[in-house]
Amino acid sequence: MNIFTEQFKKQADEVVARYETKRASLLEILHLVMETYGYVSVEAEEAVADYLKLPPMDVHEVVTFYTLYYRQPKAKTRFNVCRTLSCSLAGSDRLIKHFEEKLGIKAGQKSADGKCGLQAVECLGACEMAPMLQVNDDEYVGGLTKERIDELIKKYMTS
Amino acid sequence: MEKLISKYFVPGKTFSIDEYIADGGYQAIRTVFEKLDSASLIETVKKSNLRGLGGAGFPCGIKWSFVPQNTGKPVYLVVNADEGEPGTFKDKYIISHVPHLLIEGIMIAAFANNVHKAFIYIRGEYTRPYQALVKAVNEAYEKGYLGKNIFGKGFGLDIVVHRGAGAYICGEETGLLESLEGKQGRPRLKPPFPAVVGLFGCPTVINNVETLSYLPFIINRGAEWFASLGSDKNGGMRLFSVSGHVKKPGVYELPLGIPLREIIYTYAGGIRDDRRLKAVVPGGLSAAILKADEIDVGMDFDQLRAKQTMAGSAGVIVMDEKTCMVRSLLVTMRFYAHESCGQCSPCREGTGWVHRILERIASGGGKSKDLENLSDICSFMGGTTICALADGAAMPLRSYPQKFKEEFEYFIRHGKSMIEQGEEVSA
Repeated sequence: MNIFTEQFKKQADEVVARYETKRASLLEILHLVMETYGYVSVEAEEAVADYLKLPPMDVHEVVTFYTLYYRQPKAKTRFNVCRTLSCSLAGSDRLIKHFEEKLGIKAGQKSADGKCGLQAVECLGACEMAPMLQVNDDEYVGGLTKERIDELIKKYMTS
Repeated sequence: MEKLISKYFVPGKTFSIDEYIADGGYQAIRTVFEKLDSASLIETVKKSNLRGLGGAGFPCGIKWSFVPQNTGKPVYLVVNADEGEPGTFKDKYIISHVPHLLIEGIMIAAFANNVHKAFIYIRGEYTRPYQALVKAVNEAYEKGYLGKNIFGKGFGLDIVVHRGAGAYICGEETGLLESLEGKQGRPRLKPPFPAVVGLFGCPTVINNVETLSYLPFIINRGAEWFASLGSDKNGGMRLFSVSGHVKKPGVYELPLGIPLREIIYTYAGGIRDDRRLKAVVPGGLSAAILKADEIDVGMDFDQLRAKQTMAGSAGVIVMDEKTCMVRSLLVTMRFYAHESCGQCSPCREGTGWVHRILERIASGGGKSKDLENLSDICSFMGGTTICALADGAAMPLRSYPQKFKEEFEYFIRHGKSMIEQGEEVSA
């Protein structure tokens, strides 16, 4: 697959132009890969390395250092449930178990059909909403209860 | 209590550039352009006693005065919006509701430090705040508030918004710089300090979102006024993020030095279900824990330090009488084990060992030597690493077993918590 299509390259060039060095654009270029292709494949790592004139290892070590770069195709619907202290005090552990039972997968897994993924994540900076989660790397949903989780699964999994 | 930044925190609303201007926004930067030069501006900020509100509390004006202006290299401003200290969520409010206040603050700091390019490093998970911020920066460019020759005054400034990608360590200022340069976020050895050798090897000012957002108020209403709002050497107000077992969790803008008791009982509504207070983390997860009888402390950088804890990021996490402290410490230490960048052995190994020991205790397999071992590990983790992550991990690791010794001993001896679990807290 050609990662650097004409349109992708144009967007990437715009990102690179903001920075003093090509390398400094790496995190944003990888975000662009995520937004365009849904994950960062080894092939994409190599294409980005080639584009930024970096050794592929430099790109690989950055991809693996950060949690927001997925190295496998993402699940269609992703629930990232916070497990850090304020959410934990509000019962996040019980809620993660409830999610696991309802979705039939463990935290850290993706369903076999790729429809849903569940992760227990560290603090998302929304402790006032505890217990909370982030759906599809976008919307924050707080005040979670088992009933609210059932509604969320219904809302996101059937749409 | 008068609201400064938080008057803009209208639920569901982001102030556009025109709305912000209609409310008196961008007046401070005009005043700066017309009446002040770099030296007098730095002097004003020094007089205001504005402290670094990201967590370190370093006096802002003094930090600025360290930046060399004669190196022949450009000076950069880096805005730390990588809000990651658990229990802290205030910067998200500023960016979501009033991004132009931050932009105006950036302009003021840029003028003071002779900066013409600023980077805002925002945490990758903040998708919606990021969108609000990018929109605001674009609005400012369209209106000629950013770019070349702003207001025809000959001063130019560009702002680049840069997303992190999910790593707590990038909130540490030198880890942030590495990340901004396209690398793993592994902190740098200091000195040299970023003020001298920072981004791309150039002098760099690094300030937190909230610190910068108070600058327009200081210019509009005066350094003396700002200083008088707070306590000794701790100027102004700050945004306290309050969470945990309180009735009204949220962001409260209050003067520095306000007693912790007032934050919990007057503003956050007291303890949920009218239970008794057991413990409070006063300044983000990395602050040493306080017991219920220690909350008459003034919430500023110096008074909290005198109590062997810290004001940190002002993330106040409240725990009621039904909280199991062993499990709370386990959740806390699991965080550091997950977030250690792995660069220094005491941190990489120490946080992992501690996590595994606490996990074993919490699952009923505690051993009599465990507390002694935890204490040993704690003593080699503090002060032995490049950055402060391990020091931050050592603060709760030292203070929980010290202040709740009986509970830890009970758990180890009986294989279960001595706290009857209401809302369970477990890992």
